[in-house]
Amino acid sequence: MTRFLPRALLSPAVITLFLWMIVPLLMTIYFSLIRYNLMQPEEHGFIGLANYHFFVTDPSFGPAIINTLLLLGSVIVITVIGGVALALLIDDPFPGRAVVRVLLISPFFVMPTVNALLWKHMMMNPIYGVFAQVWIFFGMQPVDWMTDWPLFSVILMVAWQWLPFATLIFVTALQSMNREQLEAARMDGAHYLQQLRYLYVPHLGRSIAVVIMIEMIFLMSVFAEIYTTTGGGPGDASTNVAFLIFKQALLNFDAGVASAGALFAVVLANIVAIFLIRLIGKNLD
Amino acid sequence: MAPAPAFSTVLLVRTVVAWVVTLLLFFPLGWLVLTAFKTELQAISVPPLLFFTPTLDNFVEVERRSDYLLYAQNSLITSVVSTLLGLAIAAPAAYSMAFFRSKWTRDVLMWMLSTKMMPAVGALVPIYVLAQTAGLLDTRLVLIVVFTLSNLPIMVWMLYSSFREIPHEILEAARMDGATVWQEFRRVLLPLGMGGLFSTGLLCLVLAWNEAFWSLNLSAAKAGTLAALIASYSSPEGLFWAKLSCASFMAIAPIVVFGWFCQRQLVQGLTFGAVK
Repeated sequence: MTRFLPRALLSPAVITLFLWMIVPLLMTIYFSLIRYNLMQPEEHGFIGLANYHFFVTDPSFGPAIINTLLLLGSVIVITVIGGVALALLIDDPFPGRAVVRVLLISPFFVMPTVNALLWKHMMMNPIYGVFAQVWIFFGMQPVDWMTDWPLFSVILMVAWQWLPFATLIFVTALQSMNREQLEAARMDGAHYLQQLRYLYVPHLGRSIAVVIMIEMIFLMSVFAEIYTTTGGGPGDASTNVAFLIFKQALLNFDAGVASAGALFAVVLANIVAIFLIRLIGKNLD
Repeated sequence: MAPAPAFSTVLLVRTVVAWVVTLLLFFPLGWLVLTAFKTELQAISVPPLLFFTPTLDNFVEVERRSDYLLYAQNSLITSVVSTLLGLAIAAPAAYSMAFFRSKWTRDVLMWMLSTKMMPAVGALVPIYVLAQTAGLLDTRLVLIVVFTLSNLPIMVWMLYSSFREIPHEILEAARMDGATVWQEFRRVLLPLGMGGLFSTGLLCLVLAWNEAFWSLNLSAAKAGTLAALIASYSSPEGLFWAKLSCASFMAIAPIVVFGWFCQRQLVQGLTFGAVK
């Protein structure tokens, strides 16, 4: 009985997740090997690896991989450093701290489509946007963000959304800091950088690993921000792998090539996952 | 409550810096709310208007142009049902892994997380074809199923890490006293694990409400959620800023206000076992 029960409790989750993973995967593998255009559904001939060849030799393929990694890396760096700084800033009491916390967390609750449109139109529009006005105020030429800095713009939007998440986790972690140890270090004349280096950062290590892990999971497949703002452009300047596959499937109607691309995305995800497990796997026990 | 800190330069600097940074980060959202109450002309005025006579015309216009209440209802139903369904599947699994550990536990957990790492777009074509074959495109049902499954790994993991903080001894003591599994679950685990269940549910509610990829691709006019509705306001030149802001404001207000009220509970669960 004691062996049966744990398995019975675990199995619904395992079975549903297994189906969720394996059924699409097998279908994707099948689709990737046939000619499958959504506009010509009657033609389903086996074409071997032609779809893979097409996807890999697509000139957008290289930039898409680089953009995916750039987006992932930049947002993680910005949110971890910014999050630690903000968490340290609001860790000690000051007037209005409760209100500050509530305001800071807000962007995390904003849906990606609103986030994207808000930044694209009201912040970054080169004529009417708030940024343009600020640039003019300081006597500079306003920037056409979506055209000149498309990937950077997307990074900015996504980082704005995830910074509160990182900050919150770090704030919670700081609450369990050993205050006496900190006090002792101050008494002994440790200056702020030393406290940071030897007390705060080691204490936050585990939370930093957790933030990196969660963000990797969600940022590998950033989609809505690109879909609603730059549409991957100009050219491929802000196309990531997720958006490239979407383009093949629903804009070029080529489900075969999209499936081959999806398998590349799975491989990429697994490479990142292996890296992650090394980073954080031991923290789970 | 900490005692009120004595006045000092450090405190003053800290207060000013914290408020300035916070207001800068909050500014885009505040601006969105302001714009929702402007006329279209005021919305694109140069220089931008900070003070103006607010109008409610946009709210009327948004409701007239697109059936806001239908989309809001879709968002509410899909996110609440998928969260409850997810909790019902994830909680037993997390309980099992936290209290009946085997040599497989860690592998199962990492495998579950790795399914979350597959980009959703990788499964787009198969899921689309399946939904189409089953006649489920543009239904709430397909969104509920997809939201549940895509949040399941995160739910299992969050619940697992919060259940692990419950001391084993308490459960063992209950077992010694002859509690059945159901009693153990109902009387001991549920009260102690309530915080974890609550914060996991909150996070998944937020994630499902804001989910955009699947709702953009699997739903349209009938089952569309607010996230999909907003994307349809993406007119090429952005000429309707006030209406766009108003629709956005109406789409995010419920979940943001909800989040404000629940932030303390949410934060407790967001540690993912990172805080010992």
